[in-house]
Amino acid sequence: MTVRISDDAVAIACGADAVAAAFIAAGVAVERVSSWGMHWLEPLVDIDGIGYGPVSVDQVADIINGNALSLGRIEDHPFIANQTRLTFARAGKTRPLSLDDYYASDGWLGLARAREMGAQATIDTVMTSGLRGRGGAGFPAGIKWQTVARASGDQKYIVCNADEGDSATFADRMVMEGDPFMLIEGMAIAGLAVGADKGYVYIRSEYPHAIAKMEAAIKLSAHLVAPFVVEVRVGAGAYICGEETSLLNSLEGKRGEVRAKPPLPALEGLFGKPTIVNNVLTLAAIPWVLQHGGEAYAAFGAGRSRGTMPIQIAGNVKHGGLYEVAFGITLGELVHDIGGGTASGRPVRCVQVGGPLGAYIPPAQFHLPFDYEAFAAADALIGHAGVNIFDDTVDMAQMARFAMEFCAVESCGKCTPCRLGSTRGVETMDQIIAGKNVDANLALIADLSETMKFGSLCALGGFTPYPVMSAIKHFPEDFG
Amino acid sequence: MTSVADILAGHKDKEGPLLPILHDVQKVFGHVSEEAMREIAHALNLTRAEVYGVVSFYHDFRKEAEPRPVLKLCRAEACKARGVEALVPIADNQSRIKVEAIYCLGLCAVGPSAMVGEKVYARLDGAKFKTLLEAM
Repeated sequence: MTVRISDDAVAIACGADAVAAAFIAAGVAVERVSSWGMHWLEPLVDIDGIGYGPVSVDQVADIINGNALSLGRIEDHPFIANQTRLTFARAGKTRPLSLDDYYASDGWLGLARAREMGAQATIDTVMTSGLRGRGGAGFPAGIKWQTVARASGDQKYIVCNADEGDSATFADRMVMEGDPFMLIEGMAIAGLAVGADKGYVYIRSEYPHAIAKMEAAIKLSAHLVAPFVVEVRVGAGAYICGEETSLLNSLEGKRGEVRAKPPLPALEGLFGKPTIVNNVLTLAAIPWVLQHGGEAYAAFGAGRSRGTMPIQIAGNVKHGGLYEVAFGITLGELVHDIGGGTASGRPVRCVQVGGPLGAYIPPAQFHLPFDYEAFAAADALIGHAGVNIFDDTVDMAQMARFAMEFCAVESCGKCTPCRLGSTRGVETMDQIIAGKNVDANLALIADLSETMKFGSLCALGGFTPYPVMSAIKHFPEDFG
Repeated sequence: MTSVADILAGHKDKEGPLLPILHDVQKVFGHVSEEAMREIAHALNLTRAEVYGVVSFYHDFRKEAEPRPVLKLCRAEACKARGVEALVPIADNQSRIKVEAIYCLGLCAVGPSAMVGEKVYARLDGAKFKTLLEAM
């Protein structure tokens, strides 16, 4: 009997360590593996493929004796069976820091293929795959890589943006905690493709488990990716450092202030050298793309959004977790069919897609397909693909106020529309919530949003108007 | 006892070493003091103002030590959707523990969540949150 329990932060936060200890105390060997991503079932206990969850310590004896009700085969669970897991193919199945498990599950094949075919063919493969940056902007990865490859410089860098600060997102964290070698392999392939021998993973300090796993995995695999060298750098609690130029400043040891573009980081990035800055999910998709070919990856998806997206279903949802699927699935399917509606059992009022800078979307728009262009056309954004569900108790005026407050707390201070606009936005929202001059103040918020949207240097000030204005547009009854 | 000089020596071969140095100083001393900033500035050939600017920019670095135990409570959107705001009055009704807002621990389908040191807690409700505070 093999008992598998995740050591992902979600499982641990839900009590997995105590459950694992109870099995060990009963004389049963436990393997700590990555999480399947069915977060409502954590701690999930996997015994020879059969699942039990969420498990508490007092159920352990019954499970061992065969007296507990199981969930059946985990791989057959509809939440898992209906996914297309390319990036998360190993989720739930392998021990995150086991090189043996990684080798046995096709690990390092992408890197081997890249070494075989050389730099330009590797870039061409990424270009063919249609892979777009998974951090939010959706910029084609192949074009970025080609730019860095062609740039001249004695030193080039691969920077992995693991500053996953958006609420309702956790896919980067799950990659780093559950399949760290895959990310290292993706970075090594990027290094080979553009001629960079040094890579940094910039991880937020709120993710201590991910930091520990990545550091351990880098040590274990150093000889396999050499001469490429990877180093972890830890953020310091600044949301803005998820913006690529502010991340680069932070890596250089400066205040995490946004840089004006141009110059592009691809040409003048870290320490002024040509630099690839890619999100965790972008780099984590690379080994699959190289192993199976660009066409195979591009065969998934819709329109100009190719491949799969690890969607994170979160907030007030019954069945929350990691759902990797080809682009094109509708919001309604995600919220109702897969998510099962709200955890509270109350009606869904709205979802926020794309983190604190993403629009609030009402059920009337749940027909929207998950696709960069379709979302943009509806004044919304996919961002890092977090879907945060709210029930009908949410006060949208408070959420609009929070969007401004968050921007004020996290603004780097470099540009005026963001630095001052956000604070004035909080004050104006307070007036509206207090019922003072509501119409005039709503007009002021619209005007301010316009200024922030077009006058801010980066997406923090530029996109904060999305949650604010979408809340006002779709839920006017909450404002005054 | 580790000194600032030891920490500086440990990072001397790094590119852009300031953040790793500040993290270590914060970890060892619980804050980044005026004297530490001067010593770091001198070692890295920066002005004291530059180091101060970095320390004051990031939420993680404190210029003065926090004498109380600290709990970080996630108050971002996903935890709000799961009812974290109902826990805030419990935090406000006591002063023994410093309860700080944090924006996202990446536990967004099992919130409300919190972190103490490097330990994470999820599915908090009023009773669990009170117990957690009392045990600190």
